[in-house]
Amino acid sequence: MPGLIDARHRKRLAWAGVVVVAIVLAILPFALAQVGTAWVRITNTAILYVFLALGLNIVVGFAGLLDLGYIAFYAVGAYVYALLASPHFNLHLPFWIILPIGAALACVFGVLLGTPTLKLRGDYLAIVTLGFGEIIRIFLNNLARPVNITNGPQGIAQIDPVRIGDINFATTQQVLGVAVTGPIKYYYLLLLLMIAVVAINVRLQDSRIGRAWEAVREDEVAARAMGINTRNIKLLAFAMGASFGGVAGGMFSAIQGFISPESFGLVESVMVLAMVVLGGMGNVWGVILGAILLSFVPEILRYTVEPAQKAIFGRLLLEPEVIRMLLFGFALVLMMLFRPAGIVPSSVRKRELESRRA
Amino acid sequence: MLVLSRLELAYGGIQAVKGIDIVVDQGELVCLVGANGAGKTTTLKGICGLLPVKAGTIVYRGENVTGSPAFRLVRQGLALVPEGRGVFGGLTIEENLAMGAYIRTDRAGVAADVERVYALFPRLKERRRQTAGTLSGGEQQMLAMGRAIMSRPKLLLLDEPSMGLAPLMVQKVFETIIAVAREGVTILLVEQNARLALEVSHRGYVMESGEITLAGEARALLHDPKVRAAYLGEAA
Repeated sequence: MPGLIDARHRKRLAWAGVVVVAIVLAILPFALAQVGTAWVRITNTAILYVFLALGLNIVVGFAGLLDLGYIAFYAVGAYVYALLASPHFNLHLPFWIILPIGAALACVFGVLLGTPTLKLRGDYLAIVTLGFGEIIRIFLNNLARPVNITNGPQGIAQIDPVRIGDINFATTQQVLGVAVTGPIKYYYLLLLLMIAVVAINVRLQDSRIGRAWEAVREDEVAARAMGINTRNIKLLAFAMGASFGGVAGGMFSAIQGFISPESFGLVESVMVLAMVVLGGMGNVWGVILGAILLSFVPEILRYTVEPAQKAIFGRLLLEPEVIRMLLFGFALVLMMLFRPAGIVPSSVRKRELESRRA
Repeated sequence: MLVLSRLELAYGGIQAVKGIDIVVDQGELVCLVGANGAGKTTTLKGICGLLPVKAGTIVYRGENVTGSPAFRLVRQGLALVPEGRGVFGGLTIEENLAMGAYIRTDRAGVAADVERVYALFPRLKERRRQTAGTLSGGEQQMLAMGRAIMSRPKLLLLDEPSMGLAPLMVQKVFETIIAVAREGVTILLVEQNARLALEVSHRGYVMESGEITLAGEARALLHDPKVRAAYLGEAA
């Protein structure tokens, strides 16, 4: 029975792969710390972007609702954390209470955005969501008077780091003679959260809810004729996507220790959307890859472009920022030409594109 | 099974259906014929909850369901095969059928029904891993009907099943309509092809600019001089 042996062999290989990935992920921060603690921080930011991209993927990739204001939910989560754990209101709640509150409030905002836009699709929905994102940002900017809630453009500083028992995530500790820095601790916390978030997304993809989202994306009237409550299923997409954004926002606040409305602009929304599109809308693994690529490549450029130019030309000709946008645009054009459904496309999306072209 | 009384439907300010009465009994195949823009499709949309009812009532299986949303009616055994098929083009035939069984949780029953649909439409079985978007119009129509059957409907609403199909395909689609009706599913059929529709139906209604102008036994309507003149292309 060669088939059976083959299947068993493949299963063993898959497990071996999982073990290898687990080991790599476990020792990664220490390896990165050898290069520089900055890289651990960059990795942490990348994981936050994975949360965001996966959250947005639920709305855009699964349910097919183009959302250009997604960063607003990130902002809600971040501000909830900042307000409940900083000297600003002199509240210092523990993170495991704030994180769910942030997720829940972001979820409420998701429904708040979803309800009036239920009948909108495509471009129209994009415009409204874009406006929503800006409204949240402008509110954060201006809610300093007459009652100071958000502290306006100055933002909120001295946000509490995460504390679990005696472990303070902002300080370095000696564990078995090894120095474990704050970013490394955050890395492990984020890794745990990420495993949960990815697991939820993978389950969603193949669930009844996932199928309902697929139906709504393809043809809303037909979806209703199938017995799908399209209103609730769309609101669910907004709510779930928003909650992931809220969790990411809370962690962002804790890690940064300082937030201001500036961090939640339209460019951020576009960036997260680009991660989803580049990686492969609707495919969890593709979206993760997109998020990691778009968070790391700019940083790698930052550390290579400047020295390279100085070595070749003796001076800086192009700012890394400029090159970043140039390469970024170029990558998107190439992708649209050769892999329009993303680097790791979802099978359904790919088929949709092909059947539309045919 | 289904009783519409003084049903009125409107798109914004435009009254599309002006107070119609239609009755469909258990096990019947009833057709609603009429020209383009007579309000036939609108009527179906109103029945299955895709369009708000302006006035009048819809009673389905003895229960007033006026204003019930579509997703709830499907659970009560009312299925619509929308105009222009409305299949999920990016999904395979298998996935489309699975979507039809969205409201059901009995896996064994669903699997059995998939086989039933394949028996009814062998063509679909051959292509079950193909995306619905790559099927011909006739095959899509079959898929749309198969998908509706997957929800185990008691009343099936068919909207223009012959639209845009080659004559041979139309014949085939109508054969399957009869086959589905024989399985005990009550059908309300909306058609522009009045002759074919009346030939397969028990009773028929003729609709003209939002009103029912004629009703009766399908065979009688087929021989009605007014119907022959207006819809069957014969001189009065």
